[in-house]
Amino acid sequence: MTGETALLGRTLRGYRVCARGNAMEHIISVTVENKFGVLSRVAGLFSGRGFNIESLSVAPTLDPSMSQMTIVTSGDERIVEQIVKQLNKLIDVIKVVDLNESDFVSRETALIKVHTKAEDRAEALRIADIFRANVIDSTPSTYTIEVTGDPKKLEAIINLLQPLGIKELIRTGRVAIAREAIRPAVSQPKKLARE
Amino acid sequence: MKLTGSEILIECLKAEGVKTIFALPGGVVLKIFDMLHQQKDIEVVLTRHEQGAGHMAEGYAKATGKAGVCLVTSGPGMTNVITALADAYMDSVPLVCISGQVSTSLIGNDAFQEADNIGLSRPCTKYNFLVKDVNDLATTIKEAFYIATTGRPGPVLVDIPKDVSMAKAEFTYPSSVAIRGYNPTYEGNKWQIKQAAEAIMKAKKPILYVGGGVVFSQAAKELLELAEMTQIPVDMTLMGLGAFPGEHPLSMGMMGMHGTYCANMAVHYSDLVIAVGARFDDRVTGKVSEFCPFAKVIHIDIDPTSIRKNIHVDIPIVGDCKAVLRELNQILRATVNGNQKDLRKPWWNQIREWQQAHPLAYQQDPDGAIKPQHVVKRLYELTKDRDPIVATDVGQHQMWTAQYFKLARPNRWLTSGGLGTMGFGLPAAMGAQAAFRDRLVLCVAGDGSIQMNMQEMATAVVSKLPVKVIILNNRFHGMVRQWQDLFYEGRYASSYLETTPDFVKLAEAYGAVGLRASKLGDLDAVLKEAVSTEKPVIVDVPTYPFENCYPMIPAGGCNHEMILEDPPELKQRMAGGPSVGSDENKDTILTA
Repeated sequence: MTGETALLGRTLRGYRVCARGNAMEHIISVTVENKFGVLSRVAGLFSGRGFNIESLSVAPTLDPSMSQMTIVTSGDERIVEQIVKQLNKLIDVIKVVDLNESDFVSRETALIKVHTKAEDRAEALRIADIFRANVIDSTPSTYTIEVTGDPKKLEAIINLLQPLGIKELIRTGRVAIAREAIRPAVSQPKKLARE
Repeated sequence: MKLTGSEILIECLKAEGVKTIFALPGGVVLKIFDMLHQQKDIEVVLTRHEQGAGHMAEGYAKATGKAGVCLVTSGPGMTNVITALADAYMDSVPLVCISGQVSTSLIGNDAFQEADNIGLSRPCTKYNFLVKDVNDLATTIKEAFYIATTGRPGPVLVDIPKDVSMAKAEFTYPSSVAIRGYNPTYEGNKWQIKQAAEAIMKAKKPILYVGGGVVFSQAAKELLELAEMTQIPVDMTLMGLGAFPGEHPLSMGMMGMHGTYCANMAVHYSDLVIAVGARFDDRVTGKVSEFCPFAKVIHIDIDPTSIRKNIHVDIPIVGDCKAVLRELNQILRATVNGNQKDLRKPWWNQIREWQQAHPLAYQQDPDGAIKPQHVVKRLYELTKDRDPIVATDVGQHQMWTAQYFKLARPNRWLTSGGLGTMGFGLPAAMGAQAAFRDRLVLCVAGDGSIQMNMQEMATAVVSKLPVKVIILNNRFHGMVRQWQDLFYEGRYASSYLETTPDFVKLAEAYGAVGLRASKLGDLDAVLKEAVSTEKPVIVDVPTYPFENCYPMIPAGGCNHEMILEDPPELKQRMAGGPSVGSDENKDTILTA
């Protein structure tokens, strides 16, 4: 399906530090019905209205009747407002949260298959070690390295491994979750609700 | 007792109060048609093309305010109805379209007449369903009607595979619907409504800008109360016509690209725009960055995505127009006093000045050719006492009808606004006629657009839908020709139709009545005869081919910069004869 191919293309191109104009990157967390065709409705909304998708990841939630999507997109304030409203308008969408409106943590995993000549193997392991990455598969001429972190960390390890020769690179796209608000240690008197 | 999917479908339609459906059979829906054939509660109008079925359902929905229903087969049946779905989606028309699908075991196999109905209709429906299990059918139909008619209405597609229509299940029609991702907001935020009331009280130059939302939420009464109480002039969009009485002293008529001079000037210079059930479409705003540059904007709409999509809004109110206006009126009733009248006196003086400076006008042709505006004006004057329903196609004739046919009530106006679908008028008029057999239903069409769904005349005759079609026949795609005259130096690329069929003979060939008004003097008599005939009628009115529709705001222009008549260079060019092909001239077109 063209929508999904286009989507994939954007994911592979990866993280862009700054988008055009005053467009800002936003991470939008979308809770949807876990049924067939929902992904194409969301993807179709983005492609049909010319909105940007940097990455999109989706998987079921604790409640198997729902799925959670994390969409990384960009746009100015007006566009992001439209994205959130349009997502909310989709009947299969249950909840939309623009994570940029509060504090959040995000992570992405990459699997990097690196060519390793005999003399490079130690260097590859050293780099993996620095980034607390794991080697999850090994052959006489390759290592497959698993690394998790924020996009800057992934960019950094990729840059370091590139001179060794990256054979294949797969990234999951980001997932993100809002930070829980920190409760004050001492409980404060409740404010009276205004009429 | 167990029923087949087809029987369940019919029982569901009955439970939803459906009396008429517009349909065309095919292989995978035969079982459904067989069951329809064996019952008497639902009338089936057999159309000649699925696009016609879709537009008829739209006409039915617009005239009744209820969901229109159409039934089509898989593959080409589905692709043919797409235009009507897209049209309904743009204009928020409640529609339930039932499409047949190949058996579930064949889906994805490129079976005969298979199409990805869900994929095809996704971008042009409010929602769509593929029913994979007959046990889900009743719930799905209930949800389809619920989604189509609530919130901002729209088309919903239900795709039913052949085996599902034949399989059996226990039938119970659910009494309620709960969709956790779909909860339209009806009541407006009270605080925001209070802010709006305060802004209205203070405004020196307010204007109401009302759209189709007022019609769909049946808020015409509330709107009238608001306008009369506050003495605020009312601009209507194309879709909003009929929401406010066209001849009311507060009515400014239609606004936008071909709106009245006064309506557009008023919105441009106002200090408070109160948008109700409208969406700031580019045909209304013109150059969006310079739309109502001096105004604060209140926007009342049930669809949150409409708000701040195109322009900045100061007081957004998400909610149903009727509920919000009722609340607003309640606040204003307590606060409005004589002061507003004095406050707005200069504004009204200015408005009356604009109205007198450039009222809608046309000149009779010195050679006696019939002017299209004159036809619409006379049609209006001759029929207004019968409270007719008026459908149009798309183009110049549509704009002239919008300008000169001053509708007094909502649900009388069937036109394709957002999508601008030529061929909409005739089937839409028939859909309305199917809902109201005794009413006078008119269709003003152009000779170009009528030919896009001409085949439905056969349906009109067979199904006894006595619509009156008035063709403003200029042998051009008139609006295209107008743009070519104004912006393409009069090069009529593919806009001159050269020959149109003899519509009188064509009407007779279909078994309808054909009439022609060749001379200005015949017009009234022919129109009178048409509207008193009990069969479907086509009236062919050859009109002056080079008439342009004014006022006009060029695409991307500002609302206060209207073209009010043919510009001098066009007049000069026309004096030398228009250029159609190499050796034709104005005379040959005029005498053709």
